[in-house]
Amino acid sequence: MYIVVVGGGRVGYYLTKALLDEGHEVVLVEKQGTICDTVNEELGSVCIRGDGSEVTILSDIGTDRAGMLIAVTGDDEDNLVACQLAKHWFKVPRTIARVVNPKNESLFKKLGIDVTVISTNVILENIEAEVPTHLLTHLLVIRDRGLEIVEIRIPPGSPVVGKAVGEVSLPQGAILSLVIRKGIRPFVPSADTLLQADDQIIASTPAESEEALRASLESREA
Amino acid sequence: MLVSNFDIRISDFRFTWVRRTGVLPMKTLIMGCGRLGARLAGLLDADGHQVTILDLDSYAFRRLPGDFHGTALVGNGLDEDILRRAGIERTEVFVAMTQGDNRNIMAAQIAKHIFNVPRAICRIYDPLRQEIYSTLGIETFSPTTIFADMLRQQIQSRG
Repeated sequence: MYIVVVGGGRVGYYLTKALLDEGHEVVLVEKQGTICDTVNEELGSVCIRGDGSEVTILSDIGTDRAGMLIAVTGDDEDNLVACQLAKHWFKVPRTIARVVNPKNESLFKKLGIDVTVISTNVILENIEAEVPTHLLTHLLVIRDRGLEIVEIRIPPGSPVVGKAVGEVSLPQGAILSLVIRKGIRPFVPSADTLLQADDQIIASTPAESEEALRASLESREA
Repeated sequence: MLVSNFDIRISDFRFTWVRRTGVLPMKTLIMGCGRLGARLAGLLDADGHQVTILDLDSYAFRRLPGDFHGTALVGNGLDEDILRRAGIERTEVFVAMTQGDNRNIMAAQIAKHIFNVPRAICRIYDPLRQEIYSTLGIETFSPTTIFADMLRQQIQSRG
């Protein structure tokens, strides 16, 4: 696929590299000449010097035939405009924007940006996953369906320890899909699988029931 | 509809003001206190409108006229909390006048789509971007286009 990447900072650089490695045709647009030179030296001639929110530049690099535009500069306003121009002027089917300030996510969504990646939240989630007291970890968000894939560790004191999966009252729509248990191969639980302390459960849940799911598996009084 | 005394006083005031000056006072919020923003704020204020002006740097407010009656607030106009504090929920006209085209575009869209401000006006230097965003429903103007046309006329008329 032909992909336009706007912003040649660290995110843009490694993204371009990864996309090239996957065999995509990539052009990176970057304002700063020195960054362009470095990228071109290291990745081959893929970087064009220019402002990714200027129509003439986007037009020069043939954005109208791009399958995707990804804007990953450090400024939300630049990412927004690059994506909007791609969408409304060049009819690019898919636009992805990096959002630095989580407050801006709803605006981007409202304005039709297809996917937003909030670096702050991604970092938070990664840190959360490493904090042992945090029992629920986000693994994946399926936005169009409003679903989340999460990992839950059953704490030793949980009331669900020793209970069968069928007996646990889960929030509507939540499904426990995989149990990872020490010493044996991961398996798909059935209604009469007995839960054990320190089981890692991979579950899918509607985004709004995440808290309820956490409560039903962790809380001491449930 | 419930009308409080306060509202009646305001509408009374509006009425007398309109009769005296022919101008209906509007609540305006200007983002960016550069030369243009400050001048516009001064003009609207002198016309009797209720003006709030925002800038990242309090030093910019030195440009406001000495007899400015409006409110000057330090803060980022792309931040919804700051905009709320500046009274955007009751603002009738929002004007984005910072140096950055994209900042102005984003701010105007926040005003229009998040806060439903009736009029959002934004300065976009880049003529092409200005054309595109005006088709997307924002009131835009490009100083570049306006001055180029004006200068062309001025030059040709003296020819």
